Amino acid sequence: MKNALENQIEAGQDRVIAQRNMARAAEIPGWGMDADPENDPTYPMKHANGADHQRLNYKKAPQQPLDMEILHSIERPGVTRVFGTSTPPIGLSGAIRRFAYTYSEATATHWMTLILADRVDTIQGKLTDLMHGVLPNPWVERGWRAEWKYNRAGFIGRAATTALLLTAGILLLKRKKKNKYRMSNR
Amino acid sequence: MLAMNFRGPFQIRADRNRPVPEIKHPSDAIVRVTRSLICGSDLHLYHGMVPDTRVGMTFGHEFTGVVEAVGSDVQKLKVGDHVLVPFNIACGSCPHCQQELYGNCHEANSEATAVGGFFGYAHTGGGYDGGQAEYVRVPYADVSPTILPEGMDLENAVLLTDVVPTGYQAAEQAGIQKGDTVVVFGAGPIGLMAARFAWFFGAGRVIVIDELDYRLEFARKFSFAEAYNFREMKDPVVFLKKATDWFGADVCIDAVGCEASGHAWQTISGKSLLMQAGTATAFHWAVNSVKKGGIVSIIGVYGPPWNLAPLGSIMNKGLTIRANQASVKRLLPKLIDHIMSGRINPKEIITHRFPLEEIPDAYRMFSKKLDNIIKPLLIPSRANASFA
Repeated sequence: MKNALENQIEAGQDRVIAQRNMARAAEIPGWGMDADPENDPTYPMKHANGADHQRLNYKKAPQQPLDMEILHSIERPGVTRVFGTSTPPIGLSGAIRRFAYTYSEATATHWMTLILADRVDTIQGKLTDLMHGVLPNPWVERGWRAEWKYNRAGFIGRAATTALLLTAGILLLKRKKKNKYRMSNR
Repeated sequence: MLAMNFRGPFQIRADRNRPVPEIKHPSDAIVRVTRSLICGSDLHLYHGMVPDTRVGMTFGHEFTGVVEAVGSDVQKLKVGDHVLVPFNIACGSCPHCQQELYGNCHEANSEATAVGGFFGYAHTGGGYDGGQAEYVRVPYADVSPTILPEGMDLENAVLLTDVVPTGYQAAEQAGIQKGDTVVVFGAGPIGLMAARFAWFFGAGRVIVIDELDYRLEFARKFSFAEAYNFREMKDPVVFLKKATDWFGADVCIDAVGCEASGHAWQTISGKSLLMQAGTATAFHWAVNSVKKGGIVSIIGVYGPPWNLAPLGSIMNKGLTIRANQASVKRLLPKLIDHIMSGRINPKEIITHRFPLEEIPDAYRMFSKKLDNIIKPLLIPSRANASFA
């Protein structure tokens, strides 16, 4: 939205407005009368020293060079002074992530789209593996080796159930196909 | 180098072809890992429950290591220092860090403003590769990493990077008063520590609730707690009300988070359908089991975006909810003293030790709770290269 209210906010206005209000505190009946510095549920985790009210006027570290694509939350103006360089967005999952990051952290669209991107990324990862001649090894990579050693009965039970469900599914599909063929020949 | 490589939910690789990390910022250090742990919260990543967990990432936010290289701005650390590295990445300068909320740093996570910066915890935690590897890049190296105190056992040191301070803070933020009845939901590593530390604040009674008998047995020995299996109860809330003179516990600690068992609808909606960020069963039990005007401390991890919460009960009972990621750096001096003085020996919770090469087995065993596992430790083969 072009004229959305958030586009009309001036940088650093929060403290300016607060200071202005506090300067005219005498005009606000009862201002500060019941303030109790000990009424602080964050104690002792937070050492309240008023730094909150300085907002972003603190000494910042130098900016880590932006030599790769880093997505950032739209709830902040840019990237942080340091950032992780693991796995920049790539391919279809990357495109989905870019879309997700156009929404705030308050929205389901942001988070659920990221989950979707994660699932797409898993398939993308398998394809990348194959392209590089790496064959996924579920026996090792899924830890089935350990399961076989410590939970053999459970492992066999689950494998048998999966095999049974797969066989039933295949048989059901075959039967449906056969029925369709019969119907079309009538 | 050898490092854990996430390939999708329930599938990880011990990958020998990962590049050794480089200095990317003047405040960085490169650390050669000597010990790392798998955290219960790593399982949320492993199970595919945390948004923006990208294929190819290395997990691990609990590790110790030897400094191999430092950036031009690093002054407190030098090459060869053996350090424990808190899981929080913190700048030390922002208003939150200035107030010792190191788990809420404003300059460590571009991707999510609700979350601090953490090693190896998805892009929702800032996109940093973690310590289940031979080497790690450690940003803001002058702020949180701490040189191992002389004589400290390495396994206790690595537990100080998360488990010990997180368990401690669970009890600390619960505002426990002398004589209080404290209920801890979850007998995993954090629940065990929280129950143990509840006594440090003067608890009169500590009750641990879980579903795994071997962990409950451990809680009785390690945490000196009463321990009960909710599978043997018709309703854990009624059990706890009755156990507290129909009054409710003074304090309840949720040390389970988003993968709790015990409630069918929560499991279906939270874990199977992902309609909420995992199951909030332990939180519901905590809210309903605590007394009116009581305190619920949340230390179990819940992912975004939301969970069903009993807000009406919270309001009507006048509860105080206190929660945060542990601020490790703030707590370290006190906790180092507790360990060095022999008041607590955290390494007793480490039940399994794996070479880093066997990390897929370690994850599977921890995820499925095989072989009575409580806490798995990973040892990289390069760990012993240059320290005694």
